[in-house]
Amino acid sequence: MRQIERDELEPLATGAWILGTGGGGSPYLSYLNMRKLYAEGTRVKLMDPADLADDALVAVVSNMGAPLVGQERLSDPAFAAKPVRMMEEYLGRPFTAVMSVEIGGGNAFQPLLVAAMTGLPVVDADAMGRAYPEAQMTSFAIADLPMFPLTLADIRDNEVIVARAASWKWMERISRKVCTEVGSIAATCKAPRTGAEVKAHGILYTTTQAIALGREVRRARHAHEDPVAATLAAAKGKLLFRGKVSDVQRRATEGFLRGNARIDGIDDDRGARFEVAFQNEYAVGWRDGRVIVTTPDLICVLDSVSGEAIGTESLRYGQRVSVIALPAPAILRTPKGIAHVGPRAFGHDTDYVTVFGDGAATEQFS
Amino acid sequence: MRRIGIDVGGTNTDAVLIDGSRVLGAVKTNTTADVLGGVRTALDKLLAQTADDPGTIAAVVIGTTHFTNAVIERRALQRVGALRIGLPASASLPPFIDWPEDLAAMVRGEVHMVAGGHEYDGRPIVPLDLGAIRDAARRMADAGLTSVGVTSVFSPLTAECEQEAGRILAEEMPGVAITLSHELGRIGLLERENVTLLNACLQDLAQKTVAAFTEALRSSGLTAPLYLTQNDGTIMRAETASRFPVWCFASGPTNSMRGAAFLSGLDDGVVVDVGGTTSDIGYLKGGFPREANAAVEIGGVRTLFRMPDLLSIGLGGGTEISADGSRIGPRSVGFRLLQKGLLFGGDTLTATDIACAAGRTDLGDRSLVEGLSPGLVARTLARMGEMIAEGVDRMKTEAGDVPLLAVGGGSFLIPDEVEGCSEVIRVEHHAVANAVGAAIAQASGEVDHIFSNLTRDQAVAAAQTEAESRAVAAGARRESLKLVELEDIPLSYLPGDARRVRVRMVGDIG
Repeated sequence: MRQIERDELEPLATGAWILGTGGGGSPYLSYLNMRKLYAEGTRVKLMDPADLADDALVAVVSNMGAPLVGQERLSDPAFAAKPVRMMEEYLGRPFTAVMSVEIGGGNAFQPLLVAAMTGLPVVDADAMGRAYPEAQMTSFAIADLPMFPLTLADIRDNEVIVARAASWKWMERISRKVCTEVGSIAATCKAPRTGAEVKAHGILYTTTQAIALGREVRRARHAHEDPVAATLAAAKGKLLFRGKVSDVQRRATEGFLRGNARIDGIDDDRGARFEVAFQNEYAVGWRDGRVIVTTPDLICVLDSVSGEAIGTESLRYGQRVSVIALPAPAILRTPKGIAHVGPRAFGHDTDYVTVFGDGAATEQFS
Repeated sequence: MRRIGIDVGGTNTDAVLIDGSRVLGAVKTNTTADVLGGVRTALDKLLAQTADDPGTIAAVVIGTTHFTNAVIERRALQRVGALRIGLPASASLPPFIDWPEDLAAMVRGEVHMVAGGHEYDGRPIVPLDLGAIRDAARRMADAGLTSVGVTSVFSPLTAECEQEAGRILAEEMPGVAITLSHELGRIGLLERENVTLLNACLQDLAQKTVAAFTEALRSSGLTAPLYLTQNDGTIMRAETASRFPVWCFASGPTNSMRGAAFLSGLDDGVVVDVGGTTSDIGYLKGGFPREANAAVEIGGVRTLFRMPDLLSIGLGGGTEISADGSRIGPRSVGFRLLQKGLLFGGDTLTATDIACAAGRTDLGDRSLVEGLSPGLVARTLARMGEMIAEGVDRMKTEAGDVPLLAVGGGSFLIPDEVEGCSEVIRVEHHAVANAVGAAIAQASGEVDHIFSNLTRDQAVAAAQTEAESRAVAAGARRESLKLVELEDIPLSYLPGDARRVRVRMVGDIG
């Protein structure tokens, strides 16, 4: 157990935004909340998952909804903590610790916000190692752990408990419906996990890795070194393409932002073309018409100069970008994992294609 | 029709007199601390130069960076009240949350957050707390505040809460200046609130400045109406500008781009304005600058509103070059070029020295740069051309070559051929392109509303009629009105065939 220091918050925001692979929502507003809480003297502890007792009870939290709504109804720690208290009351047991469902994007900060309000430690782990849009796209779902109960709160006095659901997909449908009804933004506490479950099926040490990644990118930026190269080195990634965005098409369908972007090569990739498809997150990449990378590999689009991650909603013509891939957590790369989060789960009729040879990179980071 | 355009910059005040498409006269003077003196001098010089009868002038249009500079330099700003409507949402991030500490300390008067606001689909979040607004208004009155910014959750979609709050503030705080966020910004609560508060803290300065402009006109014998230019290249009446000074924030670069378009006769292309320290690159479409769609920082404050999309690169006439030419900028000697540059007997190698050694321009004492190696000069010139080409390319929104309009005091740094550009156009009077841009500015009316229970055609027609009457109210002649923007987005999550329609009409004034 150690304290998360004030100077780790900004690196966490930078790193988490890269691991968001284009989605997950910007961490900016949640980061502002933590910065304010730290300025007021609050401190949050980070817990090694190995230190969790097998029968410990861990809250898995997320902020759910449309990023657009999140820009008007801002992230708020009191609101984040509400469903956690509801769950404790419902179960009649207190939590030992809190963790995020996804390290990518704004949800990297959700357990920190809860921890600041409750004093619970944050487990250094999540259930994706990146960002994904739906409830069944987690390591816990892939491991067939129970998906209920779930608590959901809005900023008014509306509190909803989903006591049971027939499957992870049903849980997604029901909770999404409730979320839309309360204004397309809700704080949730997902099915609680035991310490044993987290240790066996969580994606471990991702908070530490996100901070380290963000710190390295920021260091490179300040030292006028190449922040893209720093990202690759820090996260054992591969550069796929350098170019200039030459076309972006988006459509909002069934509550998701879907689309495609085309990137024309520059430097070593001059004359070549890269295409990337997204559904909230970047999902599939083609080089000159041939699929070369798919989810669950983390496909990230970075500003070639600043190394800052570019979200699928802010991608636009003319940006100089570097497309990189980071290795996915091992559980997502199993046949079962691929069934949950592979390209077919996003409507692409292709098998999983990785740029990290078989078994070469079964862990996301060293 | 004769019009005067004036650009009041941080250093210079430029004025031009145009008649239709001809520039009849152009003068440059120093900007004075009181603004009035510089404008009066410029007007008097201009009228003397053109021997014109002030009575024949149909309009005077001023573009100014005065309000931007006030924010950047932290001067002449007033304390304001911030009223946020949206509780129980967004409570943990109060107004001024991410402002630079020094600026917040100067501007933050009272902060009040009350219950109310709307959902994305137009439902109220909770009932608006009228009592709390009245209470906040009384406290702000007691604190002696005379300007208040009001921001409500999702007000760009439904402005009711802000309008209701405005009525209560006016009752409880007679004479108070009120800025409502929906009049200024877009979706993005913090950024919109930031613009609102910046506007609120400039109210006193805006009133004084506009009064000084009016006085300068009167004392120069001009009776023509006064307009100020705004960020999108159109004008507003002086009274409107004194209420919405933030709309002047980026009028400098906008006027320079519009002026370049006018002087060259082109409506589409890339404008590169090379100053002393930086080059501003912007994109013209139909004679207007393309708007930015990302957050723009002003004086360290994140904002999101109608602003031109500009790329600033570190290349200007005063840009310092390392002795071996391997490094170009970003340091610049700026306005000290006339002391520091080699051409002027100084000891610093600058971009201007290189351009002069290559014969691109003729300034200072050319014999002082004859010793520079031809290889160094050629390499540096080529690299500067590449920097410009790269900047131009970053701003392009479509493939294919576009014309480049070269303006500004350092425009000789732009080569005659630039990759990705069909031609490089240099125009007469380019050094006063800003003032020309002001002189030719048109009036506009914009509508951005959600319409329900109408067909698409009916909704667009309704929006267009409203935009027309707004443009006329802003000073446009009805018969000259043109539709320059039309966008309609069906809102599938709302009942009654709802759609958001945005229309902008532009017309000539006078």
